[in-house]
Amino acid sequence: MSLRSPVGRVLGLGSAKEGVSHWWSQRVTAVGLVLLGLWFACSLAQLGRFDHGAILSWIDTPTHAVLLSLLIGTAAWHSQLGVQVVVEDYVSNKGWKIVTMLLVNFIHVAAAALGVFSVLRIAFGAAA
Amino acid sequence: MSSPAKHVRPLSPFLIYRWQYTMALSFLHRAAGCALSVGLLLLVYWLAAAAAGADAYANAQQVFANPLIRLVLFVISFSFFYHLMNGVRHLFWDAGYGFEKAVARKSGWFVFLGGLVLTVLFWILIGSAGGAA
Repeated sequence: MSLRSPVGRVLGLGSAKEGVSHWWSQRVTAVGLVLLGLWFACSLAQLGRFDHGAILSWIDTPTHAVLLSLLIGTAAWHSQLGVQVVVEDYVSNKGWKIVTMLLVNFIHVAAAALGVFSVLRIAFGAAA
Repeated sequence: MSSPAKHVRPLSPFLIYRWQYTMALSFLHRAAGCALSVGLLLLVYWLAAAAAGADAYANAQQVFANPLIRLVLFVISFSFFYHLMNGVRHLFWDAGYGFEKAVARKSGWFVFLGGLVLTVLFWILIGSAGGAA
């Protein structure tokens, strides 16, 4: 038995193989975040001091700056995917759903951009 | 013409199923995820303040010293460890392992208590290093 609709069969339409992209992206970012998240938690626990100089010198290391940028980008991506599902589940009005999703996407992209920019600004020595 | 009975919609599972803690853990995973989205914004604020300069960072330190924000940070840290452990539990399910009722219940307790333990351990380590965020 085929699950394809008659009109889909007539038009020759099939799966674009993109139906699982949301699900798969969520899993890929999840695995990445297990590693990056554990690294970040261990780093915070080991850091010891949280004054301005200590933070700047911690970020001002190529490895830390790259890992931190990856963490921000991956977390923003994973968070966007997750919040999208929450919005789809709980915002029933179609108009509000679109408005909320626009807002959610803008906030995530802006947060990722500002976060990575801040890390690079420190890493390249431009921070005061 | 359709009878009115046809329009009775099915009830959501949480309205008709007996309450089980695995359901609460499932909801907690989503709630923790939302808390972590807020945590991401706080992390970006912290980094942006550090990049903006000493004054902005001093301001941020004052914000993070606020008891209410401290409580929020504690909730976010538990959300982090719980969501991480329960996320790995989900990945095992995705691979087809751990669906048996007894295993799923045990792993539920494991990730919840494990999340609590890691949270406490995390703050002890931060505190013992003498750092106030």
